[in-house]
Amino acid sequence: MANYIKLVALGLVTLFAAIAANWARDLAYQVHALIIMAVSAGMFVLVLRNTDEPKPLVDQNGYMDGVIRAGVIATGFWGCVGFLVGVVIAFQLAFPALNFDWAQPFANFGRLRPLHTSAVIFAFGGNALIMSSFYIVQRTCGVRLWGGSLAWFVFWGYNLFIILAATGYLLGATQSKEYAEPEWYVDIWLTIVWVAFLAVYMGTLFTRRERHIYVANWFLLSFIVTVAMLHIVNNISIPVSIFGSKSVQLFAGVQDAMTQWWYGHNAVGFFLTAGFLGMMYYFVPKQAERPVFSYKLSIIHFWALIFLYIWAGPHHLHYTALPDWAATLGMVFSIILWMPSWGGMINGLMTLQGAWDKLRTDPIIRMMVVSLAFYGMSTFEGPMMSIRAVNSLSHYTDWTIGHVHSGALGWNGMITFGALYFLTPRLWGRASMYSMPAINWHFWLATIGIVLYAASMWVTGIMEGLMWREVDAQGFLVNSFADTVSAKFPMYVVRGLGGVLYLAGALIMAWNMWMTIRGGEKVVAPVATPAE
Amino acid sequence: MSETEIDEETGIDTTGHEWDGIKELNNPLPRWWLWCFYLTIIWGIGYTIAYPAWPLLSSATTGVLGYSTRAEVAAEIAEYEARNAELRTALANADLTTLPENPDLNRFAVAGGAAVFRSHCSQCHGSGAAGAKGYPNLLDDDWLWGGDIDTIAYTINHGIRNETDPDAHWSQMPAFGEILERGEIDQTVAFVQKLSGQEHDATLAEAGAVIFEEQCSACHGEAGLGDREQGAPNLTDAIWLYGGDADALHETITYSRFGVMPAWGQRLSPSDVNAVAAYVHQLGGGE
Repeated sequence: MANYIKLVALGLVTLFAAIAANWARDLAYQVHALIIMAVSAGMFVLVLRNTDEPKPLVDQNGYMDGVIRAGVIATGFWGCVGFLVGVVIAFQLAFPALNFDWAQPFANFGRLRPLHTSAVIFAFGGNALIMSSFYIVQRTCGVRLWGGSLAWFVFWGYNLFIILAATGYLLGATQSKEYAEPEWYVDIWLTIVWVAFLAVYMGTLFTRRERHIYVANWFLLSFIVTVAMLHIVNNISIPVSIFGSKSVQLFAGVQDAMTQWWYGHNAVGFFLTAGFLGMMYYFVPKQAERPVFSYKLSIIHFWALIFLYIWAGPHHLHYTALPDWAATLGMVFSIILWMPSWGGMINGLMTLQGAWDKLRTDPIIRMMVVSLAFYGMSTFEGPMMSIRAVNSLSHYTDWTIGHVHSGALGWNGMITFGALYFLTPRLWGRASMYSMPAINWHFWLATIGIVLYAASMWVTGIMEGLMWREVDAQGFLVNSFADTVSAKFPMYVVRGLGGVLYLAGALIMAWNMWMTIRGGEKVVAPVATPAE
Repeated sequence: MSETEIDEETGIDTTGHEWDGIKELNNPLPRWWLWCFYLTIIWGIGYTIAYPAWPLLSSATTGVLGYSTRAEVAAEIAEYEARNAELRTALANADLTTLPENPDLNRFAVAGGAAVFRSHCSQCHGSGAAGAKGYPNLLDDDWLWGGDIDTIAYTINHGIRNETDPDAHWSQMPAFGEILERGEIDQTVAFVQKLSGQEHDATLAEAGAVIFEEQCSACHGEAGLGDREQGAPNLTDAIWLYGGDADALHETITYSRFGVMPAWGQRLSPSDVNAVAAYVHQLGGGE
C-alpha cells in the first residue's frame, strides 16, 4: 500500500517538474526542474519494479551500515572535488587569466567560490557529519538506526541538495548570502531532508539500550537541532515566481546582515565545531583506546559552548551599520567562548594520557592530534580577531581567510580524515587500511599544506590591513587598493601551492580507501551486532 | 552498565559509564582552565559596563566610558581636518598656475591629490595613471581637452560627456557606419594609417584622403592634428585611446566612441579637485 502512495507522489512530482521546466523563467531553475524530473521519474520506475515483489530479508538486529558506507565514499569524493575547486580559485586569484574567456560566465571566480565553500563545508563536511553521526549513534546507543530506509532518504536527499546547490551556483542562481547561497526551493528541500535526519537521530536515541546518552551524541544533537533553526530563519524569503529561482529576503538592511552573520557564525559554531566535536568524542577515544579525560569537563564545556556560541555572530559586523552595543556583545561573548572551546581540545588531547607513544606508531592518531592542535589554535585566534581593535586591522583582509582555513583544513579536514581511516577498514571488514605509509604521506602533505596556507595568509592579511590604513603625516592615504592587490601576489602563489599539497594528500587518501575497499580478504563480518 | 573502576594508567576513577567500549575518567575540571573561564566572564562583565552593550526597551546602555565607534572616527578625521584647515582653504581658493611658487601648499596639493586619485580615479586611469584602453594615459603630454592646470581642473570638475553636468566637455563623433559605405570606411582607415605613419595600402589611402577631407577634417583638422576645443584626438602620433591597428580603427570609424568621465566637482570638495589637478599636472605632461 505504501508503495502505491509513493507512486502517486512521485508521479505528481515528475509531472510538476515537467511543467516547471516548461515554464521556467531562468536557466538554473529549468536545469533543476529537469534534474528533479529525471530523479523522480527514475524513482517511480524503481518503486514500480519492486511493488508487489517479495521483499529481501534484512537482519533487523544488526547495525545499519550500508548508508554509512555510502556516506564514507561520498565524503571522500566530495572532499577531493571541493579541494580541487579550492586550488583552482586560489590560482585564479594569483593569475586572473585563469578566469578563461571561453568558460564565462560559468567558471569565473565569483561562481566557483561558493561552489568551493559549499563543496567543502556542506558536501565534504556535511556527508562526514551525517555518516559519522549515523555510525556513532548506533554504536553508543547499542541499537539499529530508527526509521528503516529513512536514513537512505537522508543520504540521497542531502546529496541531491548538494547537486542542486552546486549546479545552481554555476548557472547563476544565488541569494548572495555567504554559506547560504542556495535559492528558496533548494532551501525547502534541505529543510525536509534535515527534519528526516533529526527524526532518524532522535528515534535512535529514544530506542537506545544504554541508560545514559554519550557526550558525542549531545554535540551531534545540538548540531542537528541548531542548524535546522539557523537554516530556516536565515533563509526566510519570498520567491518572485514559483517558476523562477529568484527570491527576495524577508529581512532588509542591517537586520538582514545581523541575521546572516548570526547564521554564518553559528554555521561555524554548530556545524564545524559542535558537530565535529561529536565526531572527535567518539573517534579519538576509540582510536587511542583510552577513556575520555573528564566527564565533568565534557558537561561544563558542552553547555557553555552551546550557550555562548549563539551570541557571537555580531563580531562579523564591527564598524558597520550595526549598533555598537550589539557589536560589543558579540565580541564579549566571543572572548568568553575561548575557554569552553578549549575544553574540547583539552578533553581530546588528555584522552591520550597513557597512550602518547601511539603518536610514533599510528599516523591516524597523529592526524587526530594535529586536528585538535589546529582546533585549539583557531579557537584562540577567533576570539582574538573578534576584539574590535584587532578586527579593525584584520577585517576584510586575507587574515580572515587564513583563520578559516586553519580551522577548516586543520581541524575539520584532519579529524574527518582520521574518521575515514578509522571507518573504512571496519565498514568493509578489512584488518586495516591498505597502506599505512600512504596515510603517513597524507599526514605530512596535509600538514605542510596547511602551514603554507595559514602562514601566507597571515603575512598577506596583516600586510594589506596595514597598507589600507597607512596615511601620511597630513592624513592622506598612501596606497591604492590595486597596490595592495599587486603586493599580495607572491603570497597568493604560496597559498595555491599549499592547496596543491593538501589536495595531493586527499587524492592519496582516496586511492588508499579505494584499494582497501576493493582488495584483501574480509576479516570480520561487515554488519556488527548491537551489544546487549 | 559497568561499575566504577580505577584506570590503571592514571590511577583515576572512571564514572562507571561505558558505550561501545568508551569509558570516562572522573577527572575534575583543570584548575587553570576554570580560572581562565572565570576571568573572561569577569572581564566580560566589566567590559559591558564600560562600553555600550546591553539592549533596553528602546535604546541600549551607553557604557560609562561614553565610547562610540562613530565618535572615534569623527574625532580622528576632525584632528586631521583641523591640522590641514588652513592649507585646505588656501588650496580651494588658490590660483593654480602659481601653485609651484608656494612650496608648502604645492606639497599638500600633490600629496592630497595623489590620495584622492588612488581612491577615485585609479579605477579607470590605473593606480599609476598610465591609463588603459578607453581611458587616457595621464603621464604623457598628449591631451585630448588641454593640459594646462586650469583646463585639467575644469575637466575634473565637470567631466566629459556625462548627463549630470551641463558644463561637461561635450562632443560626439558620428558612427560612420550609417553614413559611409563599407568600402569607403576601408579607404578612410588606410588614410588614417598613412597619417600616423603606419604601413598602408596606397591606392585605398588616396581615395580615403578625399573622404577624410569631407567627413573628418572639420574636427580632426586637415592635417589630422586634432582639435582640443572638441576633444578630437591627434591622429598623426602613435598614441591611440582605443587602438591604432586596422581592426580598431575600423571599429572606431564604423561605430564611433563615447568615453564618459563623471563630473567630480559634484562629489569632491573644491580643494580636492584642485589637489587632483595639481597631482595630474605634475605627473609629467602638464603644460
